[in-house]
Amino acid sequence: MSPRPFFFLLAATLSSAIGVDTSRAALPSDFESALNAIQTVGAEGAGNVEAAAAWKTLSNADADAILPLLAAMESSSPLARNWLRSAVEVIADRELTAGANLPVNELGAFLLDVRQSPQARRIAFDTIARVDADTAAKLVPGFLNDPSTELRRDAVQSLMDEAKALVAAENPAAAVLIYRQALNAARDVDQIQEIAKQLTGKLDQELDLPRHFGFLMNWNVIGPFDNTGHEGFDTVFPPETEINLEAAYPGKEGKEIKWQPFASTDDYGKIDLNQPFGPLKEVTAYAFTDFNAAQAGPAELRLGCKNAWKIWFNGELVFGRDEYHRGQRIDQYLLPVTLKEGNNTLLVKLCQNEQTETWTAEWEFQLRVCDATGTAILAADRPETPRKEAPRRRGGKDAAQ
Amino acid sequence: MIAHSLLTFCNLPTVKTLTLFLAALAFASTANADWLQFRGPQGNGYIDGNQNLPIELSENTIAWKVALPGRGIGSPLIVGDRVYLTAASGPEQKQLHVLCFSAVDGKPLWQRNFWATGRTMCHNKTCVAAPTPASDGERIYALWSSNDLICLDLDGNLIWTRGLTLDYPNASNSLGMASSPIVADGTLVAQIENDSESFAAGFDLLTGANRWKIDRPKAANWTSPVPMKSGEQVVVALQSSKGILGVLPATGSEIFNYAKGASTIPSSAADGDTLFVPSNGLTAINPGESGGDPTELWNESAQRPGTASPLIIGDTVYIINGAGVLSATSRKTGELAWKDEKGDPLKGVRLKGPFSGSPVASGNGHLYIFNEQGVGQCVNLSGDQGKIVSEIDLEETILGTPSISDDALYIRSDGHLWKFATKP
Repeated sequence: MSPRPFFFLLAATLSSAIGVDTSRAALPSDFESALNAIQTVGAEGAGNVEAAAAWKTLSNADADAILPLLAAMESSSPLARNWLRSAVEVIADRELTAGANLPVNELGAFLLDVRQSPQARRIAFDTIARVDADTAAKLVPGFLNDPSTELRRDAVQSLMDEAKALVAAENPAAAVLIYRQALNAARDVDQIQEIAKQLTGKLDQELDLPRHFGFLMNWNVIGPFDNTGHEGFDTVFPPETEINLEAAYPGKEGKEIKWQPFASTDDYGKIDLNQPFGPLKEVTAYAFTDFNAAQAGPAELRLGCKNAWKIWFNGELVFGRDEYHRGQRIDQYLLPVTLKEGNNTLLVKLCQNEQTETWTAEWEFQLRVCDATGTAILAADRPETPRKEAPRRRGGKDAAQ
Repeated sequence: MIAHSLLTFCNLPTVKTLTLFLAALAFASTANADWLQFRGPQGNGYIDGNQNLPIELSENTIAWKVALPGRGIGSPLIVGDRVYLTAASGPEQKQLHVLCFSAVDGKPLWQRNFWATGRTMCHNKTCVAAPTPASDGERIYALWSSNDLICLDLDGNLIWTRGLTLDYPNASNSLGMASSPIVADGTLVAQIENDSESFAAGFDLLTGANRWKIDRPKAANWTSPVPMKSGEQVVVALQSSKGILGVLPATGSEIFNYAKGASTIPSSAADGDTLFVPSNGLTAINPGESGGDPTELWNESAQRPGTASPLIIGDTVYIINGAGVLSATSRKTGELAWKDEKGDPLKGVRLKGPFSGSPVASGNGHLYIFNEQGVGQCVNLSGDQGKIVSEIDLEETILGTPSISDDALYIRSDGHLWKFATKP
């Protein structure tokens, strides 16, 4: 353990203010070429041979290489980041085993520099924690609104633990506040769901979860088209060539079908096509909506779905997947897109198969727009979240009607 | 197996006997060999030798127990005096681990960590580190449900990585992947089979590049490739709901095709050129030397493996059905091998199930298996029918298959890795 955590924190903060020193003066002469070999690994194993040789060079470097390797992650592919991570961890293991000092102050500065790779910053944090766990723990609350979800998670968990203790101490008012603060910061679905469960359960709070997540709740839907023998997935039905919400088309078995509005009232934004169309099998439907972006920029469409699906964004096919009933969860698929300022369009194709088991009844999806950290991007004209109708009470005034 | 070989030796003419005796000695020299893949050296659950493997599963025979940093189902590999294992941890199991321990005392020797580059969603019962890694004795080839495929040498030096979902974006199963790769004839063979972008591939051991890649049936499939012989050739049997495709590991070229369907959960087991397939019950096939359609040796519709894959010891195939009943089948005829005093066939012995993992055995004449509640059972196979001789409750969920090497048995849960051995 470091005997001087305060000085470490001070140094880290000062270093952060003046920028991270990732200079490479003391590095092996072939450091740059080795790094380049790792960063150029490509598809289907391309560059693996060169990367393996480079990895040996990098992982044999001394502790001075740790910061430059972490810094390089920001401009590296997911494959390359794994090569770099293991090199960093090998160096750290070796240095710590040998009783050498790691550049903890510099790692701290790197950790606090939010421009660096979120994953690299987490490695920096974990490395600091190996040297000085107490100081690392002191840093956790500061990550509550950190762009790195890997760091933010610990801070949210800390609040959740605090709120749980307040509930146990029969202080529900304080627990609600702390849980709400945790909810505002939470980005991991499991944490959001746990906080929502606590708030809407014993603590009896109302939440607008669709807004928190950014689920798209209001759609126009049309169906059923055919999907006999799974043929519908690759069949181009009219909505794929034109979006005309006033049009009528021949659907499955020649029956005329038209677009109709559909709004979800599900807390987790499920668009259940069994509601407008009935519990159908071997069918295809489409859902269309607008998304009015306040500003242009990168975004992610995050989809959960257990039916075969395709998504078009602003008329361009983003991705499609022909898997049926293997499971669904929030943020199951992350699809990068670029929002344009103003109106954007989303078209979802959803195919239902022939299975008849009860667990194959679902014909639904849940879709949200967010940034890379999972923070909801809300449409500029997002309407109020549709509300469920309150259940009629047995024996109420309209019971006899 | 040694006892079995010597027994055979006693019944044969002299010259042939001598040859077989030498062969038996050579076979014996491989006793206590490494455990390099799912279900051992031949991928059929059996390893020769290991006569001193303890038949008492108890606190007395737990040599050591170590904590693991994450969940996993894949079996441990044993290479020399080291144990290798994979795991996955963190929210959504996106942190992947390769772990190396000393087989002697369980001391952690090294750990490598990676971020998953593919989807990690899977059913709660399974996990991302479901496949067993493979080794050629020089390197470890680790595959996860995220389709990350990573090669390290035995000291943890990174040799190559592949992100198969980065390369083939629809190759995934939202319930989770579990097929374990194998090394056969100098090639790493993996089945990445699912409802969408379904394929099998052979990977270069040194570079990770594709040596071949073939489309496979678009259907979820959790079975593992099995090495076998077709004449003198090493062939890999690729199982799916359609049946068995036998391919050359170096090229992926088709050698035989059995098209009568097969299970997508328990894998086949091979001994030499005979493959025992969970197909319409249990079916024995032999591809012959010329390839084409294999010969169906026998089919027993009542012999129906549950989740556990068949185990082959000598002339007997052991299966565990969905009700946890262990039965013995003659590999030559498919008839039940255990008989009562009158000579009538016995259906088997009920074990304490349910089972997700498969049984393993060594030359000590006993079978080992752990149920989902973590109860390990050792079954003596030498009598008229199997008899449970010891059991231990490890009190943790166990979904994997044990490994055997150097007179020791290894089993893992999500939380721990155990070694069982007779204490000196």
